[in-house]
Amino acid sequence: MTPFLVGNAAGFSGDRIDAAPPVVATLMASGLPAALTFETLAERTLALGQLARRQAPEAGYEPMLEKLLAPVLADCLRHGIRIVGNFGAANPLAAAQRIAALAASLSLPTPRIAVIEGDDVRHLLDQATPWEGDRKIAPDDPRLVSANAYLGAFPIAEALGAGADIVVTGRCADPALTLGPLIAHVGWAPGDLDALASGTLAGHLLECGTQVTGGYFADPGIKDVPGMARIGFPIAEVRQDGAIIITKADQTGGRVCRRTVIEQVLYEIHDPSAYLTPDVTLDITHVAVEAAGRNRVLVQGARGRPPPATLKATISLDGGFLGEGEIGYAGPSAFARARLAAETLRARPAVKALDGATRIDLIGLCALHDGDAGALAAGRAAFDPDGEFRVRLAARSPTRAPAEAAAREVLALYCCGPAGGAGVRLAVTPRIATASALVPAARVTPRVKFLDA
Amino acid sequence: MSLVEVSLRDLAHARSGDKGDRLNIALIAWVPAHLPLLTDQVTEARVADLFAPRGASRVQRFILPRLGAMNFVIDTVLQGGVNQSLGLDGHGKSLSFLLLALRLRVPDTAASEARAAIASENAPWQ
Repeated sequence: MTPFLVGNAAGFSGDRIDAAPPVVATLMASGLPAALTFETLAERTLALGQLARRQAPEAGYEPMLEKLLAPVLADCLRHGIRIVGNFGAANPLAAAQRIAALAASLSLPTPRIAVIEGDDVRHLLDQATPWEGDRKIAPDDPRLVSANAYLGAFPIAEALGAGADIVVTGRCADPALTLGPLIAHVGWAPGDLDALASGTLAGHLLECGTQVTGGYFADPGIKDVPGMARIGFPIAEVRQDGAIIITKADQTGGRVCRRTVIEQVLYEIHDPSAYLTPDVTLDITHVAVEAAGRNRVLVQGARGRPPPATLKATISLDGGFLGEGEIGYAGPSAFARARLAAETLRARPAVKALDGATRIDLIGLCALHDGDAGALAAGRAAFDPDGEFRVRLAARSPTRAPAEAAAREVLALYCCGPAGGAGVRLAVTPRIATASALVPAARVTPRVKFLDA
Repeated sequence: MSLVEVSLRDLAHARSGDKGDRLNIALIAWVPAHLPLLTDQVTEARVADLFAPRGASRVQRFILPRLGAMNFVIDTVLQGGVNQSLGLDGHGKSLSFLLLALRLRVPDTAASEARAAIASENAPWQ
């Protein structure tokens, strides 16, 4: 039986922009029907797009869109490799127009581009139920930036079935980028729950790009990954019966083995018997993962139950400002000088004014693992006090000025701090806060629109 | 058979993921047959103690025998999550290695079986 191939060429906004060409070359060489996916939309990314769109009505989609697509657009159109991406973010229609302009500038035949709309659910917030422990957000909350439901795979499949070469979505469930093309190709129906579960699992394995091919994995000496500077992006070969082979682009680095795949099967999973998506409730407790050749792993056994009657939505709110400052100390007594710098910062009025909204770490001790109170650092003895440490201050405030004033106290340590303070870095960034909620699926209406219609 | 003290990293590998203020860590035995040994020693209570400095309010453990794995779901250890944390690691991406530092006492045979599995699975493709 001929499998359908789905390649992935981005696992987040910020991923490598030279990922796609080896994936497309591999899909073309297979001679098999195939699709290419881009996942560029994390929880916050859409809100950033919404803020960009407030400034400029034609903005709000993935800023790297053109750089991602330009190297492969011609080959994909010529070989019938459908492209599906959530790079539409807060403005799928503008992204589609940008792709059309790109095709024209490359003298390519005009592609059929579909956009999926309907993920914006700000108008449904009064009917939303807060996600476990999250706050209820009112539709008229002045901090509200965006509220978008995770749409499913069937609108994507509908667009492909109607002849789209390229499908641009905003918020949708990440695995839907893969499941949509599979539904369109194989003809799975909403009731084919085990098949939808397999397609969802394939999408889950692809959605973070190289995290299944050796990225976020390497640990020298025990989990070695060859060629990480040119690590290959993943390809799933999915059979009609739902069996999945995970492999990667030819002529690339990285590795696909049982261990890379099992780590990604469980990535961001909570209850493994109930991974909720708009299309199916995925049960991975019966999934088996086995080696099937060099850089090839067979995954099968996904089971499906009906999806929940609600869709998850991410609500983004204006989250105030984060001020950060760092300064470093090295050589004899570095730890003592760094600790003195931290004590000095804590005693400054601009830092004390933000009591409860600041944190000071000594980087080089256990800053990544520690909590805000520094309990781990207090008990930490095994380190080189004459090594190298950075002092990091972080402060948040609803407006910019207090967070910035606290961060600038780190800069002042150049002259007013302990001996040999070096390498100050300051940053003040606006923040987006997020909350999750459940909205009734029946009230959310995805729409497929063609650019030329 | 004698017991030896090892770190969890000698018997398993791990990956963390985040959603909001909730962290999950997948813990996968190098040797699937070691899963019972790990479930005995890497309990919900021990993981809750380990993550107490990060403010863990609840730990749930799911066991996946077919994958030789456990999945720990740990609530409220991301300091509000990536969008609100003052700490450097609001994603919790480094926290799999906090778990892997856990000390265990295991039969020396288990430690040597795990070393053999690491060596054979880590061999370069050729």
